[in-house]
Amino acid sequence: MFRGSFAAALRHGAAAPTPHPSPTHMGAGTWSGRCLAMLLVLVPLVLAVLTLPAHAQTGPIQTVLQDNREDVERASRRTVGPIVDAIIATGSDRAPLFLERWSERVVYQRETDGLFFLVEDEDADPMALIDIDTGAPAGEAPEDDMDQLRPNSGVRGVIAAALVRFQLSDPDPDRRAAGLQAIERDPDASHLAALRAAIDNEPDVALKARKQRLERLLTVTFGADEAARVAAIESFAGDISVDVRATLNPLLSTRTRFAEVLPADANVARTLEPGSDIAIEDAYAMLADAGRVPETVDDDARDAALVANIADGRVGGVSVASLDTDQAREDAYAALAATGSVPPRPSAEDRAAAVADHVFFETYNEPSRAVTDAARATLQSIESRVAAYGWLDLGLDGLSLASIYFLAAIGLAITFGVMGVINMAHGEFIMIGAYTGYVVQQFVPDHTASIILALPLAFLLAFAAGVALERLVIRHLMHRPLETLLATFGISIALQQLAKNIFGTQARPLTAPGWLDGALTFNDVVSISYIRIAIFVLALVFFVLLWFILNRTRLGLEVRAVTQNSRMAASMGISPDRVNMLTFGLGSGIAGIAGVAIGLYAQVTSELGASYIVQSFMTVVVGGVGNIWGTLAGAGMIGSLQKLIEWFNPANTLAAQTYMIIFIIIFIQFRPKGIFALRGRAAGD
Amino acid sequence: MERTFLIRHPSVMIFIALLALFTLGATILSEGFGIGLISTSFVKTLGKTLCLCLVAIAMDLVWGYCGILSLGHFAFFGLGGYMIGMWLMYERTKGIVVDQLAAAQLPPTPEEVREAIGAQIFGVVGGSEIPTIWMFADSLIIQLALVVLVPGLLALVFGWLAFRSRVTGVYLSILTQAMTLALSLYLFQNDSGLRGNNGLSGLQNIPGAENISQDVVSVWFLWASALALGAGYLLAAWLVAGKFGNVVRGIRDDEARVRFLGYNVEAYKLVVFTLTAVIAGIAGALYYPQAGIINPAEIAPIASIYLAVWVAIGGRGRLYGAVIGAALVSLLSTWFTSGRAPDIPLGFYTIEWVDWWLVLLGFGFVLVTLFAPQGLGGLVDRLVRNPRAARPQPARPPQSAKEPA
Repeated sequence: MFRGSFAAALRHGAAAPTPHPSPTHMGAGTWSGRCLAMLLVLVPLVLAVLTLPAHAQTGPIQTVLQDNREDVERASRRTVGPIVDAIIATGSDRAPLFLERWSERVVYQRETDGLFFLVEDEDADPMALIDIDTGAPAGEAPEDDMDQLRPNSGVRGVIAAALVRFQLSDPDPDRRAAGLQAIERDPDASHLAALRAAIDNEPDVALKARKQRLERLLTVTFGADEAARVAAIESFAGDISVDVRATLNPLLSTRTRFAEVLPADANVARTLEPGSDIAIEDAYAMLADAGRVPETVDDDARDAALVANIADGRVGGVSVASLDTDQAREDAYAALAATGSVPPRPSAEDRAAAVADHVFFETYNEPSRAVTDAARATLQSIESRVAAYGWLDLGLDGLSLASIYFLAAIGLAITFGVMGVINMAHGEFIMIGAYTGYVVQQFVPDHTASIILALPLAFLLAFAAGVALERLVIRHLMHRPLETLLATFGISIALQQLAKNIFGTQARPLTAPGWLDGALTFNDVVSISYIRIAIFVLALVFFVLLWFILNRTRLGLEVRAVTQNSRMAASMGISPDRVNMLTFGLGSGIAGIAGVAIGLYAQVTSELGASYIVQSFMTVVVGGVGNIWGTLAGAGMIGSLQKLIEWFNPANTLAAQTYMIIFIIIFIQFRPKGIFALRGRAAGD
Repeated sequence: MERTFLIRHPSVMIFIALLALFTLGATILSEGFGIGLISTSFVKTLGKTLCLCLVAIAMDLVWGYCGILSLGHFAFFGLGGYMIGMWLMYERTKGIVVDQLAAAQLPPTPEEVREAIGAQIFGVVGGSEIPTIWMFADSLIIQLALVVLVPGLLALVFGWLAFRSRVTGVYLSILTQAMTLALSLYLFQNDSGLRGNNGLSGLQNIPGAENISQDVVSVWFLWASALALGAGYLLAAWLVAGKFGNVVRGIRDDEARVRFLGYNVEAYKLVVFTLTAVIAGIAGALYYPQAGIINPAEIAPIASIYLAVWVAIGGRGRLYGAVIGAALVSLLSTWFTSGRAPDIPLGFYTIEWVDWWLVLLGFGFVLVTLFAPQGLGGLVDRLVRNPRAARPQPARPPQSAKEPA
């Protein structure tokens, strides 16, 4: 009690004089410099005489720091460890705070006496000092008198690792979570003990589970006891998280080695058969690297040796001009080797024999066989689950691609089915929809409102364009499907170029509303972005809507009648002309909506529609025309097929498209009219 | 036989004479052999146009006469170009490589030469191995044979598959378009063995003729193209004039009836499809050495569609129509897109043809389809009043005549 207050009083006494000489210190006055030196010598001396323990004026942390002053000033990754340990060993509850400040580079050293302080405000001058051990104000010092400690990143890493222990038991759950995250990011053997100690008194259930899981993960890698490690590994069976695989995979890393006979104590992964598992040359090179056999002379070295030994246009007894075959060079080199001027080249037989004398095998870097066996078994169980989830993910991908194709193709399918015409400008109606979305967004800054506005507007615009096309061109080309195809192609190139002239060639963004950002994540393998879900929902809505229109409304009845036999329908009082116009408008309008949807995740360019048109045709052809079920089936088949082929060959999407088209050409062989073939007159071309 | 054929068809003779006159005129005006009034690059443009006319004749045969709207004939054209391009590029690179290696101290082995050629040609796609499909690239004879064989075989297999399963009309068009797209996507890959999207380049340099100026080479190619066009025109005219032509036209007008008359419709279609693919391949093999470069973008479906547009504008079902369409539209296209066409200032906006040519072409084509379904050739017919060629275009069979599938 008495000593505490005495020490506190002394601290004030010790701190008080110091600010006083400093301004003159840098002022280069010789007198004041001397005065300062005297003070510097005198004050601690007086204090030392007055106080009984030498470091009583400093707290435990300061004591440790002063004992290792040199190493603290110039801390390095290697030397700082014991100091940090000693600071923690003081048991002071201010140790974590100090370590944190240290690594944040806000610990200062007073030049005059070498004592370390925290400061209140780094930018203030003079700085208000804070005592490390008590947190009490420790006077002021001018900025010039204070040296900042600048630990490098290595030192900060050591400090951070030490801090983790405190973080794991911090009263604040957020800080505990942050501590766990730090370990997860950079696990280290030293964390294991700290983590184990922090599990039992964890009040938060979720954090406790996380700690336990992390403890098992660390045990797998750093555990000392083999049985515990195996148990930890086996506990992860079927856990598909990425971190588990990242922990287990290094256990199974191997190294290729060789020996005269297979060593009994090595944890051998497999033996390598020279010639099949490992190339003879590689095996021989390993032997040569170890110095067991003479180095092989490769072709380049051989040619260099030949060039080096050219004399009078001859080498090895033959003229240089004749060395234009491999065999001639081989012979010349052998002749040179026989004279001893170059090292002999081990023949293929020699090399094979040398390799045959040794056993080549791969060993695990992990010495314990029980651990590697457990890791392999666990990884296998994980991989099979990952594969299963991978299929699920692939299915979702295929589904979302299918819904895009469905949206893009359904309009085409309707017009083709009802009128028997292929509309090559369909892709440009998609483009019109996408640009509508873009333009609306220029006027309505709120993304949600602009999308809601753009969808009907895109429908209307594309509907109008479709009706205009039908009235002006297609009506006059009835029953000439090939000419219709080409005429609509003319429209297509004109519209595409018009869009280019208006909007330029660069891609225009159509930004999705904020609530469509991100992805719905089920686990580390399966996730799907919200935009794709939205497109799927949109496709579903349109499927239901179209089904309803075609099967439950007067218009649908008329459309189906015209599809089946337009003359008969006309004689029953239906106007095929009107039905054609409305159908064409409807199909085009849906293309416009598809354009908005596609524009949300792809860039809006004048070629947007053209890049989907062939896939749309494929969808229609595969599905069969004039039937929304056919389009659905076609889109589903093409979407999932494309994803499947991409999965087989993920690096090459071009090849995937090529193979898919070839597949479709073959598919047409077996079902020339698509999956859902129409019967009746509409099935003709 | 030949005499009577030509006498019975004066239009063929007129065409051959005009072609000869044109070639002679171009030669006299060229830099290589004449007074140098037209530049070498324009001679090349003329030569290329003749090749395009040849492929348009092929298109007219298959579409105008046989009724198959193939959107794949420009792919055959490109394949022909690739086949000859392989020889041109390989031999030229070989010449360069041998020159380079001659500086080395040891004379190069055949393996070293091959390796260096591989590195030179395929370095751009990150490889140095010469792919297997280049195994005959050092032989002009074999590559020339491949110019005919590769498009021919592809057309044979594809056509057999398609016609066998009775794919007709727009379905067939879409299917040929898919084939074209598949081919161009395949060639776009770097590991297709044909240098991916870089394509083959430097094709204007003829191996063995390095010292001969392009002025002269361009005229040689003009002659070769004119010769090929003349031969192709004769062949096509002879084919469509005889019984074969009647059957083929019958297939176009009513396939089912021809089948019921006992003709093997599929075989006829397959012959026409394959033969025209071969003609397209030859045209491509002559075109690309004049263009100097070929890449997969040339094969994209859009090119084949343009081909159909040329033939439609020129007038289907008449060979000179195809030639007129291809020559006119491709030359106009070159003129407009090269920026030589004068801009039209409207005060508030200046129409720059580089930007507006495609709009003009697109809408113009629609107008031709709507109001002049016979194309420009139809105008020629009206002037000449040739009773044979001016037979009504029966391209719109009444729907009731069709059979339900």
